[in-house]
Amino acid sequence: MSSLKFVGESPQRIDGLEKITGAATYVDDIDFGARLLHAEIVETPFAHALIKRIDTSAAEKVPGVVRVITGKDFPYRFGLYMQDRFSFPTDRVRFVGEQVAAVVARDAKTAKRAAKLVKVEYEELEPVLDLVQALRDDAVLVHPDLGNYTHCPWFFPQAGTNIAHWRKTRKGDIEKGFKEADVILEDTYTVPRYSHCAIEPHVIVGLYDLSGRLTLWSASQSPYTQRHVIAQALAPLGLSHKDIRVVTPYVGGGFGGKAGVSMEIICAALAVVVKGQPVKVRWSRAQEFYNTYQRQGVIARIKLGVKKDGTITAIEHTLHWDAGGYVEYGANVVNAVGLSATGPYRIPNVKIDSVCVYTNLPPSGPYRGFGYSEFHFGLESHMTRIAKQIGMDPVEFRRKNGIREGDTLAYGAKMNPSGLHQAIDRVAAEIGWGKKESSKDPNKVIGKGFACFWKAPAMPPNAASSAFIKFNEDGSLNIGVSGMEIGQGFMTVMAQIAAEVLTVPVAKIRVELPDTDRNAYEWQTVGSHVTWGCGNAVKAAALEVRGKMFEVVERALGLSRDTLYLEDETVKCRVKPDFALPLRDFVINGIQTPHGNFVGGPILGSGMFMPEFTSALSDPETSQGGHPNVHYTVGAAGAILEIDKQTGKMRVLKATLAVDAGKAINPQLVRGQVVGGLVQGLATVLYEDIRFDKKGKLVNANFADYKIPTAMELPDEIVPIIIEVPQPDGPFGARGAAEHTMIPAAAMIANAVEDALGLRMKTLPITAEKVALESIGISYDDVKGSHMGFCFVGRPDAYNFHTKKPSKK
Amino acid sequence: MKKQITLKLNNETRILDVEPGDILLDVLREMLGVKSPKIGCERGDCGACTILLDGKTVRSCLVLAIEVDGHEITTLEGLGRAGLTPVQQSLLKHGAFQCGFCAPGMVLAATELLGKNPHPTKTEAKEAIAGNLCRCTGYEPIIEAIITAGSKAGRRA
Repeated sequence: MSSLKFVGESPQRIDGLEKITGAATYVDDIDFGARLLHAEIVETPFAHALIKRIDTSAAEKVPGVVRVITGKDFPYRFGLYMQDRFSFPTDRVRFVGEQVAAVVARDAKTAKRAAKLVKVEYEELEPVLDLVQALRDDAVLVHPDLGNYTHCPWFFPQAGTNIAHWRKTRKGDIEKGFKEADVILEDTYTVPRYSHCAIEPHVIVGLYDLSGRLTLWSASQSPYTQRHVIAQALAPLGLSHKDIRVVTPYVGGGFGGKAGVSMEIICAALAVVVKGQPVKVRWSRAQEFYNTYQRQGVIARIKLGVKKDGTITAIEHTLHWDAGGYVEYGANVVNAVGLSATGPYRIPNVKIDSVCVYTNLPPSGPYRGFGYSEFHFGLESHMTRIAKQIGMDPVEFRRKNGIREGDTLAYGAKMNPSGLHQAIDRVAAEIGWGKKESSKDPNKVIGKGFACFWKAPAMPPNAASSAFIKFNEDGSLNIGVSGMEIGQGFMTVMAQIAAEVLTVPVAKIRVELPDTDRNAYEWQTVGSHVTWGCGNAVKAAALEVRGKMFEVVERALGLSRDTLYLEDETVKCRVKPDFALPLRDFVINGIQTPHGNFVGGPILGSGMFMPEFTSALSDPETSQGGHPNVHYTVGAAGAILEIDKQTGKMRVLKATLAVDAGKAINPQLVRGQVVGGLVQGLATVLYEDIRFDKKGKLVNANFADYKIPTAMELPDEIVPIIIEVPQPDGPFGARGAAEHTMIPAAAMIANAVEDALGLRMKTLPITAEKVALESIGISYDDVKGSHMGFCFVGRPDAYNFHTKKPSKK
Repeated sequence: MKKQITLKLNNETRILDVEPGDILLDVLREMLGVKSPKIGCERGDCGACTILLDGKTVRSCLVLAIEVDGHEITTLEGLGRAGLTPVQQSLLKHGAFQCGFCAPGMVLAATELLGKNPHPTKTEAKEAIAGNLCRCTGYEPIIEAIITAGSKAGRRA
């Protein structure tokens, strides 16, 4: 560990040249020739309705139309953690824009024209567009068949209600904890829905060839999981895993939106129906917004008790999630939060209820941060508020209560090594915490905001990684993994890990893009776990390769393998200093002995990794007894914010974020994650403002009305800080540090707004318009109009968090 | 009714028949085999389909193919034929891109800027790429790379 040569360096990205020259191929760039078919989706205009009849006859008569497909042709359900989603719904639609049919035609224009001729008769149902209404005892049910759905063992759906999952975590004695408190602060925070906005829309091409083989070229973060989920869905047709191949070229951004399976199931269905011809399904920008995944909205009540000396005694955190029409992936977001909504603090008495509620808005799912961004907004706002209430500095308050290695987590396991306190100190110093700043402009005020964060990957306990390594004749090598290069720099990091073990420079290593026929298994590229998980597998493969090389040298030349080591792409020997055998001389063709024969052969290696210490089995009433999370990555962030008092316009003068990466395998890439994630997080506070009308239709599904930052919307200065407290079971001490960087942004800004104006914003986003109105005493809730950002239409303060189990129907 | 058009694409004369309603982006990608301009929003918001039309950046999703009859088009494929340009080198060195989907448009926007203003300020660099959305990088490394490429050009001159 002391003399690392490749790990900890920032070599040129190994995918850099392809991307800078335009050589990088994305799914939509692959040519399929004249036989490629195009699909157009027939979408429902209703948030909730029964499908009475679908008449496809007029569409089928259009020249150039190959097939029109509905739920009758393809009635199968699918889902990652819960099989509640339909390739094409058969009986009812559950969100505006859901697919009810698809037209497959020779060209895209014909498909589009014909799709307009498909007639669908609906019987409108009352849509579930308000959490209060969704949780009423006599609520209209989004999934009347909930009780029959297959789901993972750690979900607790409540049949006869709209509750898809309810994660309860209980630790200590919550009543005693609040009794011990000198001050109790209780308040409600709301976070609307958000959209990932990867610049590449979802796109997939499927070919079910005449031999019965299904190949999917997919813009995906999850090639193997897509194969698995699609194999499960297609099992009734007799297809199994070996009949399905998922190929994933470069992906134009994921952020969770291209994890799991969403629209891809449609292509799989169409391909099977139009056997023998490839069919492409490419989402428009609008569909990208409403028919993949959205980040779910949440309303959260936090009750926090502290002693006068600043010690936190108890937290009660209740979160009601607007999870949309399908929660096959999103319910696990709710679950993850239910286990971790204490934030990075040592709190002896904990009561968390994280409730996943079906509504008739678009399906929810993974989005960078996986629920943590959402709950950190309220929690980190609350931490600052309560600190001020007891007259304690908010940063000092965090230092005092910040979690440390060995502390007991809310679900009973122990905290991993953590650089939280280092991160707090570095961020506080970087923004000159405690030093009040004022603007030269009398119309402007300056405030400082601070927030901590943590996050663990949310994975099944047997989420596995594996890797192949093979050498080429010149001593260069290929790594066959199925982690996905979604921009984070995965390939380069894997190359650096192999380079470190094998002394082969990064420039001589090719990391292959996934193909489930060839590359080794990876569960998914989500949760910022691949540097850690797949990195461990690559390291294991590299060690196996090294062992095989030494074994060949021992057999061919009689040098004991225990005396051999690698240096500069050469096998060397401790007891024979003049011995030096370049790898390129034997890794394919072996070593010639004095007898003229050759010993050895092409050197190959494989490695695997699974977090064997984890378990999702625990008491459903308390979450005690399991070890659901592998480890947490922690950090802190701070901002200096300037606000124009008249217009509310905000300018981030400086933003800084410190993240404990364990060991930054590639510091430039970690800094890239900090800057990119922080800007994405700032966008959720300052700009992005999703709007649904009162019938559940998304009204701003484009980049003109849903504002993501351009280059003009950046902080004046961003300072990334890397903390390195090694993760004992990570490759060279590394743990993930990518998702995390957007988590603290919202609370950090809210805290800065309060510092500047004395105004506490409890609902996201915090736009200039809101700040300007609230500063002159006009409640935004009173004037926001009829549009809503998630499934709650009333005033947050009035929301009744009843956690009484609704009576069964 | 198809109409024949002639254009110079990456320094090569191409002749083809297009429908009056054909979008330039689709024609480039599907008929002319040029894949670097990407489809991101199909309404001029994201800049992923940026090309140079007679040396100026345009969104090829907002241009009809028949409009470019007699004109000159450069895409990323045509830029680095003789090796990476200084701005490409600088972007590469700065690890400026992550997923790379916005890169073709971004490189062309930077190329146009440095062509008319070899020493841009940070604000000028930001303005030049303000029509090109990137969701990964937070733009910082891209801006940094453009400015560095500019100052290098200055040193050489």
